[in-house]
Amino acid sequence: MNDMRFVETRVTTNEAKFTAKDVQVYYGDNHAIKDVSIDIEDKTVTAFIGPSGCGKSTFLRCLNRMNDTIDICRVEGDILLDGEDIYDKKVDPVQLRARVGMVFQKPNPFPKSIYDNVAYGPRIHGMARTRADLDEIVEKSLRRAALWDEAKDRLNAPGTGLSGGQQQRLCIARAVATEPEVLLMDEPCSALDPIATSQVEELIADLRTRFSVVIVTHSMQQAARVSQKTAFFHLGDLVEYGDTGHIFTNPEDPRTESYITGRIG
Amino acid sequence: MNSKHILSAFDEDLESIQARISKMGGLVELAILDSIKSLTTRDVELAETVRANDKLVDELEAQILEDTAMVIALRAPTAVDLRVVLTVMKAAGNLERIGDYAKNIAKRTTVLAELVALEEASRGMNRMAREVQLMLKDVLDALVQRDAQLAADIIARDKDVDQMYNSLFREFLTFMMEDPRNISTCMHLHFIAKNIERMGDHVTAIAEEVIYLVTGERLDDPRSKGDITSVDPDLSDLG
Ligand SMILES: Nc1ncnc2c1ncn2[C@@H]1O[C@H](COP(=O)(O)OP(=O)(O)O)[C@@H](O)[C@H]1O
Ligand SMILES: [Mg+2]
Repeated sequence: MNDMRFVETRVTTNEAKFTAKDVQVYYGDNHAIKDVSIDIEDKTVTAFIGPSGCGKSTFLRCLNRMNDTIDICRVEGDILLDGEDIYDKKVDPVQLRARVGMVFQKPNPFPKSIYDNVAYGPRIHGMARTRADLDEIVEKSLRRAALWDEAKDRLNAPGTGLSGGQQQRLCIARAVATEPEVLLMDEPCSALDPIATSQVEELIADLRTRFSVVIVTHSMQQAARVSQKTAFFHLGDLVEYGDTGHIFTNPEDPRTESYITGRIG
Repeated sequence: MNSKHILSAFDEDLESIQARISKMGGLVELAILDSIKSLTTRDVELAETVRANDKLVDELEAQILEDTAMVIALRAPTAVDLRVVLTVMKAAGNLERIGDYAKNIAKRTTVLAELVALEEASRGMNRMAREVQLMLKDVLDALVQRDAQLAADIIARDKDVDQMYNSLFREFLTFMMEDPRNISTCMHLHFIAKNIERMGDHVTAIAEEVIYLVTGERLDDPRSKGDITSVDPDLSDLG
């Protein structure tokens, strides 16, 4: 069975954006990711689901080398972005993170103005030559994050003064401002109310017409609503990966079924 | 995958809609038997009971639809749970239709009681109704026991029902040609036979749902409903 939604909303390309092969992650002696291989498609929302501690965030952080910042963390195996090894010595992690943006569970705007939050990335990556260029990027990013109407009259107000849902959309605006090719989101809605959650989900649906989104979520319904592909992790293993419509109606593995139906595994 | 949900109220919901569908199925089984019995014994009172009981069947269907809508809205079922809910919903619709056919048979009983008897045809009809009722009983068991093999057997048995219908149809034609005074009776009996044959199709549809429930897959080659059953046997060879 394919994605059950209307054909018009499908943009899935079947082209791998990321290819991970035999990935192992260790925190000291703790083997947190065990031999995971997965192709993450371009222009597709991929949901990572699984019980707490199964390694979703760890694997997500491998995709833009956020694990580099954790001393005891060791990553083995191959992770290719557009066919190129992102762990190659020639790759600059800062450049990589501009291509592979990230949004965290708790909205974490910088203690700066709304404008400067969004302009931060484009400035350090030298994406704008003039103030007008930068203004344009900020407006475009805020529009993409569906925050422009609410923020346009208070661009110089501190980002931290926004509501939780607005702060999260600001973080998304900040992440998309560098024109990433992939956006990683780690439980982006867990601190948001249902309205703000819907706004972020709507945004995700819109973003994936341009790039890949990988989202870690604890809400089965959110995974079902926003993703076309779902990966189920369990104790560091990638147990099952497939079309979301299939995983939610007829999963192959009993562990997946137990988890998504809310049974004791 | 028989372990319980962490949220026990979810198990209770699913069990209760399955109990309702079993109850509805039991009532419909009885309606089949009673409708045909009222026909063969010319029992107008029993026919009346069948018609009255059909209201209960309709009420149960409405309750089941309400329950399943509730489970979908409140519990957001997935995987096997979702398939249970979908199967029960569709089965409720099929059972309601079977109940309607039984009611229809009971209605004709009232008319037929006034007309000439055709013992032989009644016996054939009895056999056919009995087979459909057994298929229904089995499909309800298959649903409760998650038995895809039993469901597949039922689908195969529907071919026998179709054959019984075809031979009854021929019998009626013969009777009508023998004596035009039989025409009115035979027309009624033919409609009844056709109703029973359609009941078999609805039982088959439930069996297909059971296979989906158990395996998660739709049958590759769903029996094309048109082939034998919707076209009555060719008249030409009765010349
Ligand atoms: N910074 C860290 N230092 C040490 N161990 C960690 C760290 N982050 C995660 N872990 C361990 O790695 C495993 C997977 O954790 P995590 O990726 O956070 O799981 P999830 O996101 O699925 O809840 C857990 O055993 C966790 O304790
Ligand atoms: Mg996590």
